[in-house]
Amino acid sequence: MANKIPRVPVREQDPAIRATNFEEVCYGYNQEEALLEASRCLRCKKPRCVEACPVGINIPEFIAALHEGKLQEAADIISADSSLPSICGRVCPQETQCEGSCILGIKGEPVAIGKLERFVGDWKLQNGAAPKATAPRNGRKVAVIGSGPAGLACASDLARMGYGVKIFEALHEAGGVLVYGIPEFRLPKQRVVAREIEAVKALGVEIETDVIVGRTVTIDSLLDEEGYDAVFIGSGAGLPRFMGIPGENLNGVVSANEFLTRANLMHAYDAEYDTPIYVGQRVVVVGGGNVAMDAVRTAKRLGAEATIVYRRSEKELPARVEEVHHAREEGICFRMLTNPTEVLGDERGWVRGVRCVEMELGEPDESGRRSPVVKPGSEFEIACDVVIMALGTSPNPLLAATTEGLETSRRGCITADEHGATTRKGVFAGGDAVTGAATVILAMGAGRTAAKAIDEYIRSL
Amino acid sequence: MYPILEKRLLAEGIWLMKIHAPRVARSAQPGQFVIVRADAHGERIPLTISDFDAAEGSVTIVTQAIGASTRKICALEQGEALADFAGPLGRPSEFVHLPLEEVRQRRYLFVAGGVGTAPIYPQVKWLKEHGVRADVIIGAKNSRMLIYTDAMRAVAENLYIATDDGSEGFKGMVTGLIEELVEQRGERYDECVAIGPMIMMKFVALTTRKYNLKTTVSLNALMVDGTGMCGACRVTVGGKTRFTCVDGPEFDGHEVDFDEAMRRQGMYRTQEQRAAAIEAEREAGHVCKIGLDK
Repeated sequence: MANKIPRVPVREQDPAIRATNFEEVCYGYNQEEALLEASRCLRCKKPRCVEACPVGINIPEFIAALHEGKLQEAADIISADSSLPSICGRVCPQETQCEGSCILGIKGEPVAIGKLERFVGDWKLQNGAAPKATAPRNGRKVAVIGSGPAGLACASDLARMGYGVKIFEALHEAGGVLVYGIPEFRLPKQRVVAREIEAVKALGVEIETDVIVGRTVTIDSLLDEEGYDAVFIGSGAGLPRFMGIPGENLNGVVSANEFLTRANLMHAYDAEYDTPIYVGQRVVVVGGGNVAMDAVRTAKRLGAEATIVYRRSEKELPARVEEVHHAREEGICFRMLTNPTEVLGDERGWVRGVRCVEMELGEPDESGRRSPVVKPGSEFEIACDVVIMALGTSPNPLLAATTEGLETSRRGCITADEHGATTRKGVFAGGDAVTGAATVILAMGAGRTAAKAIDEYIRSL
Repeated sequence: MYPILEKRLLAEGIWLMKIHAPRVARSAQPGQFVIVRADAHGERIPLTISDFDAAEGSVTIVTQAIGASTRKICALEQGEALADFAGPLGRPSEFVHLPLEEVRQRRYLFVAGGVGTAPIYPQVKWLKEHGVRADVIIGAKNSRMLIYTDAMRAVAENLYIATDDGSEGFKGMVTGLIEELVEQRGERYDECVAIGPMIMMKFVALTTRKYNLKTTVSLNALMVDGTGMCGACRVTVGGKTRFTCVDGPEFDGHEVDFDEAMRRQGMYRTQEQRAAAIEAEREAGHVCKIGLDK
């Protein structure tokens, strides 16, 4: 029986060494390992993994093709549903999606679907055939706002259909959260992200950086003056949240967005670059998501003693299991059921610690997670120099504020139907800008769904 | 890339640069700023727009070479280019959006300090073009450090100069000149706009509070992206945390917590100073053997 083979372990950088560098943690499978792991798949008649995949990748089929050594075929099967396999293979929360549903996981270990997807994606980036010829140009133009996962996916599908597509990016480099948010040690920028972006450009998509839509240009000026037939908003959820506790404006309190942008986009950890970053001796990161893990592990790599403070228990940590596991291996300290109530400063106005309370779990809230309540009289202090707030992000209100007829929810998310159509004619949206901070794969899927809707809309004009 | 169309020395260490940035020039309004990056290794730094010309597709910035990044920008020559020039960012000055009849009723007093004189110019120019009266005070250490005096004289109703050493105009701080105008000469203003070093804006706001004179200040907080993403530019205004990049850069000067704002400006200073010192050593031919440059 195929499932007698244990899950093929993946090679990783030694934790003690990787905690001092920014090289990728996981080396991924080589071909031999990938083929062996692929042989574990039972090829279920009713594959639960496909149902659990947000974009419905035909997982058993791509694994079967891989098992037979037909790598191009495996890549093509994934391409039908996902445009960013190298990235999603690395950053998807597989344990709650495909792998979490794998039948082998009931008694043993699920097939390492994420690692296999990554293997196929990386193979394609290096050896894959040039993208299939795009449809002839149809003379219609679409503007895409944001060059993150949603924008890239939408742009490449539209370009394949024959549209002239230009992506407008606010920052100086394309990639969105893939570049400013997710660190190098989890998602290599040159080897993976830059190549995915090159592949999108190879389809004829143009990318104009330094354009803040809502300020440099507006959605109206793109439609009325620059001759675009439709606009796709994939501007993500970039606005950081703070706790609203005393001491949050002390020197040394930063948002995870600021800390990670300095490290990732601005290469602050590299002496060749001018942007400074401050880590001090001891760093406390507040939050339990992937961004919190990215921030705490970056702080560790920059030489600090790094601690996660999270108000629920380990079971509720929203981060990928692999990231929590890697963080522990790297020596990150976890203080669960702990919530800051005040950031403490010294006489110069710099952080000297955080005052916290212990929490216990009460009744489940609307999200189904047990909500934490304060344990009376449990106040204590953690000494530190830097506090990084990783409490989630929300969409930037700039586009809604500068575009007539573009409605948003109370949480600031752009209102869009299941096809991505917003309340404004000709304007579509998808990804975190619509859902609030979510995953790369959902954003990528929303970008592709919107591309179809944009095509239908323009044909109907 | 954004070519430098013109570069001029205004005073010691203060450079004017006219940049070819047609999209920014077309959308810019008084009070807004840009994020500039000198080269591929450069820092993103915010600079307030000093002039713009949509027809020419140009935007003017005035930079004082004080830190590693501003020195890098100022070292570029006419014909070379900035790697990035993103904007216009922030909210335009309030008067741009108010009914013109209302603004015309007002008399403005602008107080400019040092390199902050340059971003005052597009505001006074806008008001002049729209028939609004504005007096301008320019303050500097001495007459050699004064900038924009001729340009300002052309658009201001009255131009007053204050120098610390009295080498030109009023001898003393701009706050002393404000007191003289209001208390001795009986000038009446409806609104004050102050742009300059944080410490100057703090004391201008303290002075105008005595006269209950509404005062707008333009904060030059630290920023990374300039679009609301990082929160480095957090400032307390009226007891609430605001982001300078998206909620400002102009705020009610009587509500700003200047002491906090000044402290936050220094967040990376020690590191910058260290970097500058290492750079100076390197230029002098010194190679660090004990790893301080790592």
